[in-house]
Amino acid sequence: MKLDPAVQGPSRPFGRDARTPLALRCAAAVTVLGIAAVFGFVTVYALPVLLSGQGLAVLSWRWLPAAGQFGILPMVCGSVLLACSALLLGWPLALCLCGWMHGLGPARPARGLRQLVHGMAAVPTVVYGFVSVFLLVPLVRQAGQGSGLCWLSAALVLALLVLPTMVVIMDAALREQGRALRLTGAALGLSPAQVFAHVMLPGARRWLITAGVFGFGRAVGDTLIPLMLAGNAPGVPASPFDALRTLTAHMALVMSTDAGSTAYHSLFAAGILLLAVSAGVSLAVRRLRGTGQDSLPDAEWRP
Amino acid sequence: MTGRPISPEPRHLPDRRIPSGARPRTREHVLTVAAWLAAVLVVSVAAVGCAYLLWRGVPTLGRALFFGDTPPLLAMAGLRPVWDGIWPACAGSLYLVGLATLLVLGPGVGCGIYLAEYAGPRARRHLGLAVELLAGVPSIVMGLFGFTLILVLRRTFVPQANTCLLLAAGCLALLVLPPLVVSTRAALESLPHGLRLTGAALGLTREQIVFRVLLPEAGRGILGGVMLAMGRAAEDTAVILLTGVVANAGLPAGLLAKFEALPFTIYYTAAQYQTEDELARGFGAALVLLALSGSMMLGAGALQRVMERRHKGEDAWN
Repeated sequence: MKLDPAVQGPSRPFGRDARTPLALRCAAAVTVLGIAAVFGFVTVYALPVLLSGQGLAVLSWRWLPAAGQFGILPMVCGSVLLACSALLLGWPLALCLCGWMHGLGPARPARGLRQLVHGMAAVPTVVYGFVSVFLLVPLVRQAGQGSGLCWLSAALVLALLVLPTMVVIMDAALREQGRALRLTGAALGLSPAQVFAHVMLPGARRWLITAGVFGFGRAVGDTLIPLMLAGNAPGVPASPFDALRTLTAHMALVMSTDAGSTAYHSLFAAGILLLAVSAGVSLAVRRLRGTGQDSLPDAEWRP
Repeated sequence: MTGRPISPEPRHLPDRRIPSGARPRTREHVLTVAAWLAAVLVVSVAAVGCAYLLWRGVPTLGRALFFGDTPPLLAMAGLRPVWDGIWPACAGSLYLVGLATLLVLGPGVGCGIYLAEYAGPRARRHLGLAVELLAGVPSIVMGLFGFTLILVLRRTFVPQANTCLLLAAGCLALLVLPPLVVSTRAALESLPHGLRLTGAALGLTREQIVFRVLLPEAGRGILGGVMLAMGRAAEDTAVILLTGVVANAGLPAGLLAKFEALPFTIYYTAAQYQTEDELARGFGAALVLLALSGSMMLGAGALQRVMERRHKGEDAWN
């Protein structure tokens, strides 16, 4: 067995030619197989729907199962609207929270806030939904017209749900920067708030975008919040107090109501759309975070 | 006192370069105000939500929440059905999490070790990409995958296949696979290089280094990953929604039977509750699930932080 750390790098003294134990190979193979199966099965079932004549029927604006019309475009629209509005509320909030932890607020309570955010990430989605149904929905009902199960309620809670994800990513990047910049900034006579606003913020732009993209992926993929709070009427909402239905909630509803095999086609179409969006988000995040020197190790920021 | 031309220009310049008290420093002032507002908003929302859940949930905690009128021992042994308690849902969730953990443990930890210690650069890149893609898949799509699996089985080998506990656990295992792989890999990679070199210098084989030295050292980090996976599996609702959860199944009758689960009970209560008793039980269930899954995830975070801190100083020596 050759031992040449200088060539192989310090982390692998034995190089690549040492044999991998069979069990580890099997584990890696099972993982790859599972991933391939997820993408393969959903694609195999969705492609015939999209490529055949039914494709046009699925990509229309009308969802009237009784009349044989199974269009999912209102749900696509609902998913995009809800995710974007949640991001519009949640991203600035996450940025401000990170600012408070990194110079805009007092230093000591910042640790408490960080722990609170980690705690929020540990709360199950369904608990968010359950509490909101009885706490937030009555308030929205009083503020607007209708039942309170609407775009606004879902967007507010979804923003809160994706907040920890984004804060963790931004926080990791800002902490790296802060380590390098705090003393320099202080030596130049800048207050911590000035360092944050004029130096750290522009420097962390890439990570702020990464956090936004990641948050968008989470918001599009979430099922329970829209299912419990958005009202689920299959139409395009005209105001924040109107109900909407997302792709994810649509899938859950179609499965639970057993609407027959034609409705299942829309299920697979919705599935492949979501899969494509999530894959796009993953690739974008991978590209954004880069592999160069300024990238962070996975463990630092992965929520 | 002569000779220096007096013009507005030089007096103006330093003012622009060093923002001082004379000039309003708008950017950081706006940001500071926004940051304080955000912090107060998030803390108060969290406090109100938490207080509300505790206020409605804590009074329901007790034997009646879990077992209703049924004697607990008989209910736990499965001799008497529980009609008005959340015990069947708790048991279903425990079965589900246990089974999913059992299924994910081998592939997840193994794949993490492979990525950290054995894979070449190309395998690393490709497998890493695959795991990242899987990490992004929404849980409802994972449920859809389980559903298509049943459709395929019905068409080929097992015409009577139906959604069941085993299928749900399998899909959950796939869902929580990426966090486990990432945690295992990160735990191993955070160990100081000196450990590997020392092992090699002592004449240990590669297997000995990995399985006798590195794995025990990374144990806490890996355990943290397992707990994170369990917490995720316990809280997820969308996957089981499409793979066989039902509202009234009693204790799970077997691997191929339908089952109840806590998160679904909570969702179902919010949508379909008829009486105040049912609603109270929903709050109790929410509190129980929060304690179950939240404690696991927080524990996982704490373990991983301990792991990080342990070897922080040693890298300086190498």
